[in-house]
Amino acid sequence: MSSANQHYRRDADAQGQFGQFGGRFVAETLMPLILDLEQAYNQARSEPNFIAELDRFNAEFVGRPSPLYYAERLTEQYGGAKIFFKREELNHTGAHKINNCIGQVLLARRMGKTRIIAETGAGMHGVATATVCARFGLDCVVYMGATDIDRQRDNVARMRLMGAKIVPVTSGKGTLKDAMNEALRDWVTNVDNTFYMIGTVAGPHPYPTLVRDFQSIIGRETHSQMLEREGRLPDSLVACIGGGSNAMGLFHHFLDYPEVQMIGVEAAGHGLDSGKHAASLKGGVPGVLHGNRTYLLQDEDGQIDDAHSVSAGLDYPGIGPEHAWLHEEGRVEYVAVTDQQALDAFHNCCRMEGIIPALETAHALAEVARRAPTLPSDHLMVVCLSGRGDKDMPTVLRLMEEQA
Amino acid sequence: MSNRLQQRFAECAEQNRAALVTYICGGDPNYDVSLSLLQKLPGAGADIIELGMPFSDPMADGPTIQAAAVRALNSGQTQRKTLEMVRAFRAENTTTPLVLMGYYNPIHRYGAEAFLNDAHAAGVDGLLIVDLPAEHDNELGPMARDLGLDMIRMASPTTDAKRLPRVLANASGFLYYVSLNGVTGVGQADNAVVDAALSDIRKQSDLPICVGFGVRTPEQAAAFARTATGVVVGSALVEAMNKGGEAAALELTTALAGAMQR
Repeated sequence: MSSANQHYRRDADAQGQFGQFGGRFVAETLMPLILDLEQAYNQARSEPNFIAELDRFNAEFVGRPSPLYYAERLTEQYGGAKIFFKREELNHTGAHKINNCIGQVLLARRMGKTRIIAETGAGMHGVATATVCARFGLDCVVYMGATDIDRQRDNVARMRLMGAKIVPVTSGKGTLKDAMNEALRDWVTNVDNTFYMIGTVAGPHPYPTLVRDFQSIIGRETHSQMLEREGRLPDSLVACIGGGSNAMGLFHHFLDYPEVQMIGVEAAGHGLDSGKHAASLKGGVPGVLHGNRTYLLQDEDGQIDDAHSVSAGLDYPGIGPEHAWLHEEGRVEYVAVTDQQALDAFHNCCRMEGIIPALETAHALAEVARRAPTLPSDHLMVVCLSGRGDKDMPTVLRLMEEQA
Repeated sequence: MSNRLQQRFAECAEQNRAALVTYICGGDPNYDVSLSLLQKLPGAGADIIELGMPFSDPMADGPTIQAAAVRALNSGQTQRKTLEMVRAFRAENTTTPLVLMGYYNPIHRYGAEAFLNDAHAAGVDGLLIVDLPAEHDNELGPMARDLGLDMIRMASPTTDAKRLPRVLANASGFLYYVSLNGVTGVGQADNAVVDAALSDIRKQSDLPICVGFGVRTPEQAAAFARTATGVVVGSALVEAMNKGGEAAALELTTALAGAMQR
């Protein structure tokens, strides 16, 4: 377990790595681009003008700060820890994804890029990307797996409304990892004018760092809101993990407060033993994919396995490299919950709190359901309500019919 | 540089022609058919073999080589079987240089040291790992060089003069010049632009330079052969094999070989 005097809040090392994880494992054609991006980002983040611009868009366009809400009925129901929701689903576009997109689009503009590409799984990152591109008048191309297009039709329509071009990806199983392959192929072809807006804390350095930094506003706000409300730090933080951007956003600010416990929740799909899951840390081994070394679902020959989760946003065979490092360091505890546990938590949240959470978020809520009842009533637990569930209605309704 | 690569480039220079480098994906469409083609490529005119190690997520490849990897993996190809192909090839051919090309993860999973030892023992001359840039040379480079395996580096149109020394440091065997920004098998490079790039690189390096990506026909190959040390053909050969079988692939190889003379 972590010790009190260790420093976990840090930047990647010169190799772009956190411990052995991360790095810049990309084709030579892309190397100069990611080195340029790193330089541009390092410059931007030290400039008061950039920070001021980011703050202004976060306040006026995204709608920050997002509330810290006391989930009173859920707390009573579980009869243990005092549960708070960090309401990222109230952000413009309905998820935490916009925090990152606002930051990256401001960076892209500084770099003079006119065309934005992105990959998306559930479509939330795609919608947030399309949104900021519309706001700044930039061309937008979103790569999305054909399977995900089928299960996230509303988000596809929203992206198109805002002028984005959606490119269906049919290679592989047609989900998030395949969309990321295709986005990388686009980037390597259109190097001069194109900015690749990665949606999670993964990919080659500096993406895991810059996405984390743009998302870490979640944790900073949580800190001051909790101080104001309860006069002290939270005892535990819970967040779901696909690539891990909302979790890293909530956790990062608190990493060097050893009294704050952190739990990341992966998708166990049909169960960790079923072979149909998306829990890279619980069921994977270290490898190299999409520019970084991290835990990956893969077979004995090093071929990447397809992930499975009821939630498209967690359906990815890897995890951000900083999470892989925090896992090995023991600073963050990582667990996994099944599709069914997530669905139960989804329904419970709708009925108890009047909030329809995203299926991704429901994984974090399922862990809260497991953990909260065992904790004392003065334990302050914050769960990241990373996204709203409107996009998941077709999936949930279909499953309700199947189970009826 | 491996003796075989050195020897082959010297022979080509003597004959005043560029080296024909042919890429096929190991195990496409299955082990036996792929091995048979591999064994016949030198006889048809291939000077250097690039043998692809299929990967589930070939980010730098276009549709043709992606499909080849899917066929190979579906037929049961693995890293071990690809090394087995090399051993079978070497049992009959001790002179044609063979370079393995692919992505890092299957090697990472195999274990870097074990893989390099097994590759060396099988008769591999060099490795070209697309997603292992100069910055990560430490992953395989020192061990490979100890064994006498060449780590083939790539340079591309985005590699400017300032960055080139970094790419060239510890590069050996040959330099693979990616003729255009993009994935394999898509698009066509401008010869004048590539010629200029090669002449810039030669100011900094004596390494042989092989040009690849987007070379499909003997005519295109002939144009690159004037200035490059070698010309790499991959997607066109994979496509010929897929559509017309071994005979078509060998026919294309012979036609390409005929275009190498300067």
